[in-house]
Amino acid sequence: MIFTETLTKKFSSITAVAGVSLQVQQGDIFGLVGPDGAGKTTLIRMLCGLITPDSGSITMVDNAASGESSASFGYMPQKFSLYGDLTVMENINFFGAMYGLNGTIINQRADEILQITNLFRFKQRFADNLSGGMKQKLALTCALLARPRLLVLDEPTFGVDPESRKEFWKILYQLNQEGMTILVSTPYMDEAELCKRVGFMNNGRLVVVDSPKNMKSRYPYRILEIKCASRQPEIFQGLPEILESNFYGDKYRLVVQEAKIAEAAVVEFLQGRDIPLYRLKETKPTMEDVFVALAEKEVVEWSMSSQPVN
Amino acid sequence: MSRILAVLYKEFLQMKRDKLTIGLIFMLPLVQLLLFGYAIQTEVKHIPTVVFDQSLSPESREITRAFTASGYFDVVAATGNYQQVTQLIDRGTVKVGIIFPPDYAKQVRSGDTAAIQVLVDATDSMVSNSAIATANSIGLLKSQQVLAEKVGQFKAPYDIRVRPWYNPDGITAYYMVPAILGIIVTMTMVMMTSMGIVRERERGTLEQLMVTPIKSYELMIGKIIPYIALGYLQITVALLVGAIVFDVPIRGSLLELYLLTLFFITASLGIGVLISNIAKNQMQAMQMSFFILLPSILLSGFMFPREAMPVFIKALSNIIPLTFYLTIIRGIVLKGIGFAYLVPQVTALLVFTVILMGISIMRFKKKIA
Repeated sequence: MIFTETLTKKFSSITAVAGVSLQVQQGDIFGLVGPDGAGKTTLIRMLCGLITPDSGSITMVDNAASGESSASFGYMPQKFSLYGDLTVMENINFFGAMYGLNGTIINQRADEILQITNLFRFKQRFADNLSGGMKQKLALTCALLARPRLLVLDEPTFGVDPESRKEFWKILYQLNQEGMTILVSTPYMDEAELCKRVGFMNNGRLVVVDSPKNMKSRYPYRILEIKCASRQPEIFQGLPEILESNFYGDKYRLVVQEAKIAEAAVVEFLQGRDIPLYRLKETKPTMEDVFVALAEKEVVEWSMSSQPVN
Repeated sequence: MSRILAVLYKEFLQMKRDKLTIGLIFMLPLVQLLLFGYAIQTEVKHIPTVVFDQSLSPESREITRAFTASGYFDVVAATGNYQQVTQLIDRGTVKVGIIFPPDYAKQVRSGDTAAIQVLVDATDSMVSNSAIATANSIGLLKSQQVLAEKVGQFKAPYDIRVRPWYNPDGITAYYMVPAILGIIVTMTMVMMTSMGIVRERERGTLEQLMVTPIKSYELMIGKIIPYIALGYLQITVALLVGAIVFDVPIRGSLLELYLLTLFFITASLGIGVLISNIAKNQMQAMQMSFFILLPSILLSGFMFPREAMPVFIKALSNIIPLTFYLTIIRGIVLKGIGFAYLVPQVTALLVFTVILMGISIMRFKKKIA
């Protein structure tokens, strides 16, 4: 659906996107993740034609759309970008007209989409008076009016409460099942798990592209989960067997190279200090673990040496 | 076309809900007209004056009466010493001191030249010019009368008959009200338009609009037309207030006035659109608008006559659209002239429009960076 080749964009001396070659397949839910400033928004804006790339090419192909005249993609920018001083319906009518749709079609489609997005009751409410989650759903509604085959969303759930995020993703899944290809960027790792394929960006480069499942299975380290009497967040820091330790209130998550050796080291360490150990077990890595590892320099080699990105 | 209409309708809805803007649209012409029309008087009358009369004679009183009768001098104090005259002037209580010497009456009777000293506080040149000119002409007039009495049959060797055309009574409002229309249109077209367009960028709505199939020109036309309508609405309000409150006569054709105003509107819009292209946010747009507005007010001939300007500044005033519009609007309203006399000015405005819009169109791309 989308093919880019060595896409590059510089802003004065900063290279925001450096030679990104990306493929989004038809029917994908493609998640673009990476730390702030990784170049996700710039990449998305280039894909939408809002920014001209310095070099590289973008090809958009739509195999299924034969003779369909409607706009090929819907776009939802990072920042809420509808008119706050217009009502939900006025926004919809305006953007519908921008896509050249007539009033009857707009009304018909709006009813349909508003049912899905659960905004039907709020038709007459000013967009400014909607909650964060509802605003995003309204923006989604507007992006869907032209019945796009491809939907591009830039951090659509940023700053939205968990309940609304869940609901929003349910809608995305439903749309995807109806055949829509979705490209979405997100700062939330739990959302990355929901994507069919995930591209990890760092410093303007697309570092890895794979399914969340494969990414986790390719994770080079092991994770230990520990519950003990200690509540000191940094107690395990400095142990040579432990690469990284994180404290989550009642438990520790340790990133280690060798599970058995580290387990022994932890047990010995706690016994030496008379700290009772309640539980020690190895757990599966989450996407969060994968991205923490990916974002750190020392493991870039791992990702680069892994199977070619496709 | 349907897209332009949709943008128009959207703008209309937003304007309707923006109570402050609506208020400004009507208050701006009203307040400006009342302020400029009433408060600004280039001819200064009723200047507070002190008299130090050492002569205390019928002759000195006659001259004092002539001063007050002119309407330019209000005698607010009489004093018995010179020091107090200077004190009153220093303090600002009076602007003018009239001093008669002790032997004034004697000199008049003997036929000598009698000296009257008039002290003028010239810190404000507008006031002092008015005082000096009037004092001089009172002196001349009185001298003539005395001469005439002496010679008996007296004929002035010259007689200059001045006919002040178009505004015989020198009413400032006649001159100001049409010019204020120009200022109001400049403000609306430059400031409101540029801010209106920049707001879309600031709020991110432009980004959303750019992925829709709307063309740049469709968006521009849709955004600009409401402001043109607003400008005409303001002009109408201002003309009505001018006619009702200040009795400004509209001697030329109203239709011609409205038509030729369009050239000024497009030139000003050119500035507004250009600003909106450069400014990153509404604050910048506003500051840039003031950067345009101030020279327009000061150099166009709105406040100060261009005839009095140094050559360089006068040349500079030729790149301000308002300069040309003032000639047009004062011409139509006060002189009753029409397009035939205003071709150079209209041409100038047309040139502004083409250049400014040209730059804007070249600069404006459907991109955000």
